[in-house]
Amino acid sequence: MSTSNAATTSGAASTPVFAAQQTTPVGPPAGRRPVKRKTWQTVIWLVVLLVMTAIVLYPLLWLFFSTFKPNAEFGQNPGLLPNRPTIDNYIKVMDGIAGVPMWKFFWNSFVLAALAVIGTVFSSALAAYAFARIQFKGLAIFFAAMIGTLLLPFHVVIIPQYIMFNNFGLVDTFWPLVLPKFLATEAFFVFLLVQFFRQMPRDMDEAARIDGAGHIRIFWAIMLPLIKPALITCAIFSFIWSWNDFLGPLLYLTSPENYPLPIALRLYNDQTSTSDFGATVTASFIALLPVLLFFLVFQRFLVDGVATQGLKG
Amino acid sequence: MSTTATRVIVTDDKKQRSLLRRRRPEHLDRPGQRSRARRESLAGYGFLVPWLVGFFGLTIIPMVYSLYLSFTRYNIFQPPRWIGLDNYIRLFTNDPQFIQSAQITLVYVLVGTPITLVAALIVAMLLNYRDKGAGFFRSAFYAPSLIGGSVSVAIVWRAMFATDGPVDNSLSFFGIDLGGWIGNPSLVLPAMIVLAIWQFGATMVIFLAGLKQIPKELYEAAEMDGAGAWHRFRAVTLPMLSPVIFFNLLLGLIGAFQVFASAYIISNGSGGPAGMTNFITLYLYKRGFADGQMGYAAAIAWVLLVVVAIIAFVLFRTQRSWVHYSGDNR
Repeated sequence: MSTSNAATTSGAASTPVFAAQQTTPVGPPAGRRPVKRKTWQTVIWLVVLLVMTAIVLYPLLWLFFSTFKPNAEFGQNPGLLPNRPTIDNYIKVMDGIAGVPMWKFFWNSFVLAALAVIGTVFSSALAAYAFARIQFKGLAIFFAAMIGTLLLPFHVVIIPQYIMFNNFGLVDTFWPLVLPKFLATEAFFVFLLVQFFRQMPRDMDEAARIDGAGHIRIFWAIMLPLIKPALITCAIFSFIWSWNDFLGPLLYLTSPENYPLPIALRLYNDQTSTSDFGATVTASFIALLPVLLFFLVFQRFLVDGVATQGLKG
Repeated sequence: MSTTATRVIVTDDKKQRSLLRRRRPEHLDRPGQRSRARRESLAGYGFLVPWLVGFFGLTIIPMVYSLYLSFTRYNIFQPPRWIGLDNYIRLFTNDPQFIQSAQITLVYVLVGTPITLVAALIVAMLLNYRDKGAGFFRSAFYAPSLIGGSVSVAIVWRAMFATDGPVDNSLSFFGIDLGGWIGNPSLVLPAMIVLAIWQFGATMVIFLAGLKQIPKELYEAAEMDGAGAWHRFRAVTLPMLSPVIFFNLLLGLIGAFQVFASAYIISNGSGGPAGMTNFITLYLYKRGFADGQMGYAAAIAWVLLVVVAIIAFVLFRTQRSWVHYSGDNR
């Protein structure tokens, strides 16, 4: 940016001679006005970024086109496009793996993600409202503790949590994965919503209080509708995080009919990666599809959520 | 969930009472005010019930319990047996796998995170040059952050960096013949770091938001003083952006310690080749859940926690010397 910024601001005053010099050698077709220096810079800017986009998105493009490659082409055709495109991989993948059909993995992932969304939004909003809008004894301590858990690596508690859920006989159920979501354990979402709640003007709840509304009413009827965009951001992120989660289901789900997609993918990766790579990449692509669709539809929410709150993704 | 449901009823009832009380001019009598403060506290803790249950039940108590376990030998079937500091002594003096795991994790974190930050900052400045069209690139670069930790991407990465895969082939085209990266002990860690850098988008988006908030006048003033592009970057951009850099560095370092799924998938759960993807989280998982050494794994978890805490502490302590929280008069 340093150079480009120099150009945008200096172009006007400082060195017109130099600017003219720059444009003349690379003249546009005869009969037209010479293109301004800024235009050329924009073109270079565009080309650099397009090349970068191509590199960054190449793995995803490769994945997409690979799903149409017949098995024989893997290892033979490293290019992007299949020589003989086929949809065999998709047909094969529908059968699933380990005796469980693909739709079942999909359904498990969906149920887990949907419960994660409901639990996270509900419990985080409650906690955030308390932290942001209620003055209670101990507020400062608990708020600091909540911020502390933002930085706490999840791996520190997996051993004791596993022992606990094992003692409750909940291993190989969805409970160990879903229950924490209903208890606002993702501090990121609490923190994000606290910031949104704090932005609401104070006199709003004062007015509601004079009208006789309690915290429940203020929370439910006034605050929640106002922070809807933040709630949507939370919902999308918790969906995607749950959808992508690997360690949780790996620890807790043992029978294949309970597997969500990431664990099913591990089976493909372990068992068939050498023999049936087409099925592996196709299953991978299918698993990514909902996230990519979410991204295309909600990219504004996602990117703005990251920009304002530092949610990483 | 049931706890919250009952709580809703309780506070609803409280609200009813507060409606009745409202007749009296509250600010006149002190007992009324005190009971209002109590009511507020009750409401506060009421709203906080789910979070409190999670905080104590799923975080604090488990942490304390895992600290206890780290001083025991425990395999989930027999009760834990107290062995004092043995686990920790074994970790640091008699476990080459752990030492290697700690080393490669540190390399991954300390190399990958700074490169990701620098790349993110450069691209953010590039995007900040122009508003028109930048939105598209911003979204395109962000996409990998959303999926980078997933199993799908790890499988793609395995294929991309395999022998005769796309990366191997492109490099061969330029005369660089490295072979496959995934099976090569000295190249698999770089492949993992490239995967981390590939996810620079989220960091970039945060940088871009920070850059947009730097007042234009600062650059104009610096230019009046004759500052060149590099000097403007050093004197305006970096200090103004330092809170955002701090934030990204802190979360980037802590996040990098937690890489798991990609290492697991790329190595088929083994941490290989030659232990070069045996990141600390993967090693913890293998010890605790594959070998059933839960006490030992708890000790690994606490070492990880202490290292993360030290890094956070050092960052917060040095903050004063390089992070500028600008007031209005900067």
